[in-house]
Amino acid sequence: MTTLAYIIAYIGIVFFLIAVVARFVMWSKMPMHLRWELYPVAHEGGGRAAYGGSYLEESDWWQKPRQVSMLGELKVMVPEILFLVALREHNRKLWTRSFPFHFGLYLVAAATVLMILGGVVGALAPAVIATAVARVLSLAVPLLGAAGLVLGILGAVGLYLRRMGRELRDYTAAADFFNLIFFVVVFGVALATFLLVDRDFALVSAFVANLVTFKLVPLAAGGSAALLPLISAVLLSLLVAYIPTTHMSHFVGKYFAYHSIRWKDEPNLRGGEQEKTIEKLLNQPISWGAPHIKGDGTKTWLDAAAEDKAK
Amino acid sequence: MKQPASVKDIARNPGQPLAQINPFEQVPLPPPFDKLDEEPAYAQLSEAAREKYVVLDDTIAVNIEKPKSKEEEDRLVQGFLSGLAKLMTVEDNWTFLQPFEMSMEHCAKCQTCSEACPIFEESGQNELYRPIYRSEILRRIFFKYIKKESTAVHGDIDLNWEVVARLIELSYRCNLCRRCAQTCPIGVDNALLSREIRKIASMEMGIVPKEIHDNGSVLQLAVGSSTGMTPLIVKDNIEFIDEDTSERTGIEIKTPWDVEGADILLIHNAGEIMAWPENPGAFTTVFEAAGLSWTMSSEIVAYDGINYGVWYDDVQFARVAVRHAAAAKKLGVKKIVLGECGHAHKALTVIADKVLTGDLNIPRESSMVTLRDIVRSGKLALDPSRNDFPVTLHDPCNLVRLMGVVSPQREILQAVLPPGRFREMAPHGVENYCCGGGSGFAIMSGHNFQDWRHHMTGRRKFRQILEAFGDEPMDREHPKYVCAPCSNCKGQIRDIINYYDAWEKAGIYYGGLVELIVNAMVDVKPGFVDWEWH
Repeated sequence: MTTLAYIIAYIGIVFFLIAVVARFVMWSKMPMHLRWELYPVAHEGGGRAAYGGSYLEESDWWQKPRQVSMLGELKVMVPEILFLVALREHNRKLWTRSFPFHFGLYLVAAATVLMILGGVVGALAPAVIATAVARVLSLAVPLLGAAGLVLGILGAVGLYLRRMGRELRDYTAAADFFNLIFFVVVFGVALATFLLVDRDFALVSAFVANLVTFKLVPLAAGGSAALLPLISAVLLSLLVAYIPTTHMSHFVGKYFAYHSIRWKDEPNLRGGEQEKTIEKLLNQPISWGAPHIKGDGTKTWLDAAAEDKAK
Repeated sequence: MKQPASVKDIARNPGQPLAQINPFEQVPLPPPFDKLDEEPAYAQLSEAAREKYVVLDDTIAVNIEKPKSKEEEDRLVQGFLSGLAKLMTVEDNWTFLQPFEMSMEHCAKCQTCSEACPIFEESGQNELYRPIYRSEILRRIFFKYIKKESTAVHGDIDLNWEVVARLIELSYRCNLCRRCAQTCPIGVDNALLSREIRKIASMEMGIVPKEIHDNGSVLQLAVGSSTGMTPLIVKDNIEFIDEDTSERTGIEIKTPWDVEGADILLIHNAGEIMAWPENPGAFTTVFEAAGLSWTMSSEIVAYDGINYGVWYDDVQFARVAVRHAAAAKKLGVKKIVLGECGHAHKALTVIADKVLTGDLNIPRESSMVTLRDIVRSGKLALDPSRNDFPVTLHDPCNLVRLMGVVSPQREILQAVLPPGRFREMAPHGVENYCCGGGSGFAIMSGHNFQDWRHHMTGRRKFRQILEAFGDEPMDREHPKYVCAPCSNCKGQIRDIINYYDAWEKAGIYYGGLVELIVNAMVDVKPGFVDWEWH
């Protein structure tokens, strides 16, 4: 059972990483599209981002250096990721459910990172882990982990109930309900593990440390005290593998929705690099069948655009 | 109020409308238009129209005839599926592949976008007009019939000819203002999906409202302008406008045509030349007074800045954009300046940015910026007291939310109005509401579409206008000016003022921005803004 739990955990993590990277690659390999930005654009400089202005407010803007502020982007992105600011602003009722859910996930992820860190440091420098670091981890991991699990469960239940409401029910598929139930079950088992057998997260931390050091040994607990952490680890691994196969992978999509679409305002200047890409795309064949296009698979966008429809 | 109970209703109740609005149940407008029973009568669809065309709600925009045979029914379904599949290919849809896939895959169906939509809100939150209603139908069709994925994951829907016809009709119940997209926490864009449905209909099935295709982009490409003006006629009309403007202002002007090597090619929306001649007349007055090197082009297409393709068809869009750029190249100008037309701004400046290359890649600039620079330069002697009346500013979505041109027009107003006369609408700037005429609606008026437009899409803007002037006496003796620096918006605002008789009853007038500059010019005879309803 213990070995199987380790193997499932490895598979879950590897699958998650591959699936997330694959999604990232998929979105980043998409062809250039026509500009479709939406203001305000957070990286716009010159104080214009504050009111939604753009460099197009400048005369002869193509002759001037663009003012792009990475800090401006961070000022929007970081609060958005951490606190779901857009949702708070436009849908406060949903935010009261969605924020605890997402923040709970972040806390659980943070606790996991700390456990991984503990495992790595413990393996590389046992003397260090035995000192102050150990005390910090032993406080932080249970605090973040337990708080994350509680918030995650509360948020997931809240989201489930909201989906049952009149406004959302008709737009909710069976899988949407399953996803939330899956979270409640997985986080519920993890919380039960914490409350019943692993108040200091020592068993889970040991499991994680063993994972990162490839020591697939049984946990230092006997009988049912070892079973619950293993079940919890397996369930969490399955959840981690499942997330990127669903629309819950929107954390990847959202990055591109902002950076490749909403904020993608980089102009195509004459003689610049973009022109080559555009020319290649304009030479794609089209097959649109309407009478005013009559794409036959050989006619290109360039041909279609140049057609003299007056004749 | 009749409304669909479920997304699946799109496939149910054949031949019946899915939604009907009762104008007496709408939220009343501010005074003096706050009596629902005193609002103009809502024209009903004729029985003949209901018999002939597919019916979605209280109106018809697209005129899709009911199929007369099983073959015709199948053709609708197959055509739609074929087009939908093409939207997912790089070859046929590189233009919007990434934004399309993003919006298809990542909607959390949280309904955050709903309240941002003025149509949904003014309809009394009728489910049919909910921003994700049509998106959800499109998604379910896509995942069930194209990708063959589980309905347990993406939701179920039946597919028949009426679903296709209703969905196409429903794509013309959205102004494409993208206010919904602005509020989406993930970045999903329902307006884009409306436009992609329109693309399937137009580019694959040849189904488009005639006002924007046959009488719009096709006519523009054929004769030069959707107004029907040929090069000869447009030059003739501008000559008349020059004479009329010279008489009104006391300043002799002559619009330059086809000047090779000029700095600026100015492209108006030709609708201005036909409907609001004072606007191109004012542009010429200001440009000449500022001593700019500029010209208009009499090349076919290049004297009409419209590009209706931005609303429904990427190929038609590209054809017009290329011709605009080609005219500028032929003249050898340094830049193109776009007149007061929001969609022309967005089309040529932003969307065409990834279409024009090499010597067609001629810089484009907003006339808001050019005019702002002229005002800033001090070349015009201005007397703001000549504009001593309340003014509010309508922000065209294309210019503001979709291009980020927000402050130049405000800077101009500050310079040409006396202190305290300008008041913002709420909300304004990038959070503005569409005028109600966006995405082609301003020029669509078949059947009773205009009435539907006034009650559904334009009502929020009219509400905002009334609220902006709420502290003024609402009568004809106290004229107020709605400044709309966009031809389509101006047309829509004219129509809604007309519909409610708001000029006679409340003294609400409308016009462009450049007219206010000329009205403030010391060298011009007073009274360029003539307060004559037209």
